[in-house]
Amino acid sequence: MNRHFDRDIEQLKELLLRMGAMVEDSINQSIRALLERDTAIAEQVIAADSDIDRMELEIDQHTIELIAKMQPAAVDLRFVATAMKINPELERIADLAQDVCERAIELNREAQLKPLIDIPRLARAAQEMVRQSLDAFVRGDAALARAVIARDDEVDQMTEDSFRELLTYMLEDSAYISRAIRLTFVGKYFERIADGATNICEMVVYLVEGKVIKHAGNVGEVR
Amino acid sequence: MATMEFVQGTRAAAGSAQPAVSSGVRPKIDVKKFNFFYGSAQVLYEVDLELPEKQVTALIGPSGCGKSTFLRSINRMNDTIPGARAEGTISIDGRDLYAPDVDVVALRRRVGMVFQKSNPFPKTIFENVAYGLRIGGIKDKRVLDEIVEQSLRRAALWDEAKDRLGASALALSGGQQQRLCIARALAVGPEILLMDEPASALDPIATQKIEELIYELKDNFTIVIVTHNMQQAARVSNRTAFFMLGKLVEVGDTNAIFMTPKEKLTEDYITGRFG
Repeated sequence: MNRHFDRDIEQLKELLLRMGAMVEDSINQSIRALLERDTAIAEQVIAADSDIDRMELEIDQHTIELIAKMQPAAVDLRFVATAMKINPELERIADLAQDVCERAIELNREAQLKPLIDIPRLARAAQEMVRQSLDAFVRGDAALARAVIARDDEVDQMTEDSFRELLTYMLEDSAYISRAIRLTFVGKYFERIADGATNICEMVVYLVEGKVIKHAGNVGEVR
Repeated sequence: MATMEFVQGTRAAAGSAQPAVSSGVRPKIDVKKFNFFYGSAQVLYEVDLELPEKQVTALIGPSGCGKSTFLRSINRMNDTIPGARAEGTISIDGRDLYAPDVDVVALRRRVGMVFQKSNPFPKTIFENVAYGLRIGGIKDKRVLDEIVEQSLRRAALWDEAKDRLGASALALSGGQQQRLCIARALAVGPEILLMDEPASALDPIATQKIEELIYELKDNFTIVIVTHNMQQAARVSNRTAFFMLGKLVEVGDTNAIFMTPKEKLTEDYITGRFG
C-alpha cells in the first residue's frame, strides 16, 4: 500500500541529504582554505554556516511535525529518531569545518610553520568518513556504517601522530608555539569530524538493525 | 471442586513452577496450542501465549484475524455460538478453563468482560453495579453500598455519579456508561478483565479517561485488551500480541514491538504498510 507517510519520509531524507551535501562542501572548502592558505575561501565557509544552521532548524521542524501527525512506529520511528540525531551531528560537523577555517585565517597571517603532511591525511580520512556515513544512511547499508566506525581508531592515531610532531616544534622554539597550537586544534577538529561520522553510522546501524551499538556496549543493557 | 477453585483461585498454582514469561512476571493466563473453530471454519491456529499477571496485554491485528475470538475464549464467551469448538488449553493459574468440570458462571466471575459498545442495564446506576452481587446472593445493604462505592471509585466514576446513584444509567454519557460497565465488571471481584475495543466508540477525552483507568487497574488486575488503535496499544499495554489470519505472529514487550519488531509482518502492520 502506498502511504502518504512515505512521501513525508522521502522529503525528510532529501532535506538531510541536501544538508549533508552542504556540510561536505564546507569540509572540502575548509581543507582547501587550510592547504592553499586561502583566506577568501575560509571566509566563504564561515559565511555559509548560517545556511546550514537554518537547514538544521528546518529539518527539526519537519521531523517534529512528522511525529505529531503520523505517530510513527517500528522502522518509521527508527528513521525519524535517526533523522533527529543525524541532523545536529551534521550541524556540529559544519561548525568544526568553520573552526578549521578560523584557525586557517589566523595561520595565514604568519609564515607557514612547516609543510603539512599528517593533517591533510587526517582531513581526507575524516572527509571520506562523513561522505561514507551519508552513503550508508541513504542506502540503509549497515555493513558500510560498521566499516566507517572501524576507521575511527585510525583517525585517532593520525591525530595523535600529528600532535607529537607539532610538540617537537614547540619544544624546539617558543616562536613556533602559537602556530603549532593552532595546527593541533585543526587536527583535533578533523578528529571530531570523524567522530561525528562515527555517530551517524551508529544511528544507521540502529535504523537498519534496531541495535544500539553506541558506546561499544560498555554501559551494559539499558532497561 | 472446580467451582470453588475458580471463585477463589487455585492456591497451589501460585507456588508452582510456572514457566516465566520474558518480562519475568509469572503468567496468569497460559495458552497452549489453542485452536478454535466455528463449525468447519478454523479461526485460530495453534496459539501459544503467556499473559503475565497484573499487566496489560494488547491484542492487535487486522479485522478477522481472530483476536476477538481469542479474547472471548478466555472466559468462554464463544460457548453459546452453535458449532463453536475449542482445542488445546487456556489455563488460569494453572487450571485449564476448558476442562469438563469447570463452572462457567464462576469462571466469568473471575474473568470480567467489557465490550466495545457500553451496555448498561435500563436500571439505576447503583443497581447496574449491584446487579452481579445480588445475583450472587448478597442482600446486605451495607455490603452492597460498600462494594458499589468501591467499584465506582475504581472505575473512576464515583465523583461523577455519587450524587445520582438512583438515576437511570442510560442518562450517563457514552464514556460514563463505559466506565459504569467497568465498575459493574469489577463489582463481582474478578482477577482478569477482558476488554474488546473499550474506547473505540468514545471521543478523545472519554478515551483518555478509559486509558488512564486501564493504567490504574493493572496494579490489581490482569488485563487483556483488543484494540484497533495502534497508539492506544502502545500507550496502555505492557505486552503486545500481533495476530494475523488466526495465527499469533509475534508477541513481546510493547516497546520492542513498536520500536524493533522481529517479524516483517508485524512491522508492515504497525507501520500501516498493509491493511
